[in-house]
Amino acid sequence: MEIISKYQLFLMLNKLTLIEALAGLRAKKFTSAELVQSCLDQIKKHNKKLNAFLAINENALDEAKQITANDQRPLAGIPIAVKDNFLTVGLPTTASSKVLEGYMPQYESTVTRRLKDAGAIIIGKTNMDAWAHGSSTETSDFGATLNPWNSSHLPGGSSGGSAAAVAADMCIAAIGSETAGSIRQPAAWCGITGFKPTYGRVSRYGVIAMASSTDSPGPLTKTVGDSALITQIIAGHDPYDATSSPKSVPDFVSNLKSKISNLKIGFAKEYLVKEIRPEVKQVILDAAKKFADLGAKVDEVKLLHPKYSIGVYTIVQRSEVSSNLARYDGIRYGHDRSYFGDEAKRRIMLGTYVLSSGYYDRYYNKAQKVRTLIIKDFEQAFKKFDLIIGPVSPSPALPIGASKGSPMFGELEDMLLEPSSIAGLTSISVPCGFVDGLPIGLQITGPQFAEKLVMQAAHSYQQATTWHHEKPTL
Amino acid sequence: MAKLANLILKPAEEAKLKKQFEETLKTVDVINELDTSNIDPTSQVTGLINVTRDDKIDKSRIIKIGDYFKVPAIFNAQ
Repeated sequence: MEIISKYQLFLMLNKLTLIEALAGLRAKKFTSAELVQSCLDQIKKHNKKLNAFLAINENALDEAKQITANDQRPLAGIPIAVKDNFLTVGLPTTASSKVLEGYMPQYESTVTRRLKDAGAIIIGKTNMDAWAHGSSTETSDFGATLNPWNSSHLPGGSSGGSAAAVAADMCIAAIGSETAGSIRQPAAWCGITGFKPTYGRVSRYGVIAMASSTDSPGPLTKTVGDSALITQIIAGHDPYDATSSPKSVPDFVSNLKSKISNLKIGFAKEYLVKEIRPEVKQVILDAAKKFADLGAKVDEVKLLHPKYSIGVYTIVQRSEVSSNLARYDGIRYGHDRSYFGDEAKRRIMLGTYVLSSGYYDRYYNKAQKVRTLIIKDFEQAFKKFDLIIGPVSPSPALPIGASKGSPMFGELEDMLLEPSSIAGLTSISVPCGFVDGLPIGLQITGPQFAEKLVMQAAHSYQQATTWHHEKPTL
Repeated sequence: MAKLANLILKPAEEAKLKKQFEETLKTVDVINELDTSNIDPTSQVTGLINVTRDDKIDKSRIIKIGDYFKVPAIFNAQ
């Protein structure tokens, strides 16, 4: 092993993965305070430009100093960034909206409480598309986050701040949420691992709601192994969330190395949509071939075209948004509704329209029925295949300003992710290559509650490739 | 529609939004291509029904005043 001076090691602490950081802390190679300081230094150096963080925890270093090397808690001393739609007592929570500017939560989200109980240190709150309405992080009321790989490009969204923070080593891991693509797409555009557990696997209590029937909190990390560890901590039934699944949580962490030969993997041909760039298509095909090389049986799977999911998702999500955002009237907390940005207004109004009498059947009710078709479509596919793989995004990260073009930018960008989100499945995005110097992500999707299988396949892929080791030059 | 959604729009916004809605509705209309004549709608994917918890009475939170009772405040004033 290369001998590095303590000073050099200290300089690199923020670049460690979660598993490496835990090992180092337990072996007393460094302290949590040194680890947190390393991240804070990185934030100080790069956040002004990248705008990944909206708020930094002033007490992070003090909290870190309380952690001893003998602390056996699973995440003891690890600095984690949290998307700003998770309520965190003591840290402002705004969902990147001026409506909630300066809002201090009255209670803690279950996800952040479980992380804290496990010894993690919330280092700060990350930028997002306002109310999670977007796939760019450009619609944040507090400025866009820039992609660490190329600062004239977007990081993706809506968990763009979390993705950028991990990619730029400003934290050891981050938490995001996905309604349809909001973890996987920014993870893909920022070259990191983004995991979406099954809907209901992780509690939504204390998460500012977007579309209550698909919102799924999940980790954004440097490796699949890290994702498994965090998911293990945050998953599980929560009596405060009536939609949280009573299913017991298996051990996600051990046996991640399980061989994937004999796995039947379906390649979603319909996801190679006309919008996909040929270079991206080639990277994805190479990734599929890698699975075949690892011994899996890879075949084409026929799925409903993503265009139907765009329709279903747009209607259902905007309807649920219009209902969920009705509470922000500025009476009990926050500012009044004139503080809503354009995107929020657009979505609220469309949702109100498709739910109004006279239009309900044509749009909302029909969308719910097509949703059933999409669910059944996946059920059929999973009778023949264990997992389904495909591209995450038709292109690498788009340039700043790209989201302003279309009133449906988010829904169109996420078309390859909406089907699995609508059906409440579990899926991961892992780095699988580069196009024009920008990262590309591969999605691996499994049936509901198949998190372990998805992560095993993703881990096997990462053991056989080095894409996830690449880091941007900042 | 803006009134129904309790939002205030400027006239310029109204015109822009009207055009954007037409575009959006046209895109989502594709779902009407599919036959759903014998299909039930899905409103949630968990399959859970009637998730309840038992009523719990925390007697320590009740402060008796004569025949009435009061409870402590839940939120801290800031």
